[in-house]
Amino acid sequence: MVQYTQSHFDASFAALSDVTRRGVLEQLARADASITDLAGKFNMTLTGMKKHVGVLEQAGLVTTEKVGRVRTCKLGVCRLEEEAAWIERYRQLWAARFSALDAVLEELKRKEKSDGRRKKK
Amino acid sequence: MDAGRKSEPMGNRTTVVKRSEREVVVTRSFDAPARLVFEAWSKPELFKRWWVPKSMGMTLHSIEMDVRTGGKYRLGFGDGMDFFGRYIEVTPFSKIVWTNEESGENGSVTTVTFEERGGKTLLVMSELYPSKEALDAAGTGAQDALHETFTQLDELLARA
Repeated sequence: MVQYTQSHFDASFAALSDVTRRGVLEQLARADASITDLAGKFNMTLTGMKKHVGVLEQAGLVTTEKVGRVRTCKLGVCRLEEEAAWIERYRQLWAARFSALDAVLEELKRKEKSDGRRKKK
Repeated sequence: MDAGRKSEPMGNRTTVVKRSEREVVVTRSFDAPARLVFEAWSKPELFKRWWVPKSMGMTLHSIEMDVRTGGKYRLGFGDGMDFFGRYIEVTPFSKIVWTNEESGENGSVTTVTFEERGGKTLLVMSELYPSKEALDAAGTGAQDALHETFTQLDELLARA
């Protein structure tokens, strides 16, 4: 596990060490794009851009999908982990609030019950 | 990490789902009739007892709530940190909808519904943000602080 994490980090850092690749990630954070689009935006040959995208893909920062003759690039799985962490933080906030709400509701129920008994007498 | 989970009664787990890029939905059951759950959401003296649980490490300094359609609310946490907005719709015992205006145009609209089933109440809360970016940004404020608090609590419990 540690081994995996280490090599994963190394691949990520290597991928991020290049200014064009950082630019590509920024671009993909805004919208998915084809390799042709990216090559055009960064003023590069198609082959050059393919290499950069390949490095990002290996690091798990980008995924690509070929539809017809166009290969579309989008931000990779790391995004999903971030999202899972976001949801868990959000859940913890509400779980804490709702546990406190349980206690308030128990008290309201007890109060209602004893008020009810008093009325009957 | 489990601080919130442990104290939840069986079968009353809080679930969170992202319905879309800009909407989060929270569901939870409560062992009480809807009118009591609604009461705990609409009376300030009850609301303040659970909205800011001790584990959040924050203190509510002031609370103003006028829970009716068109009414306003303001929660003050001191140091000028206020949460405020308007109630767009209030239907006793079943629905409360309000705006969260402290974040300006990135503010969400929160809809809470209470549905009673055999003496229990199913609560569904949706937070709808104006954009994906606004939702993502919302995760970096109070929730991060809370996450830290839970980590601190875990550490404290581990030492005890």
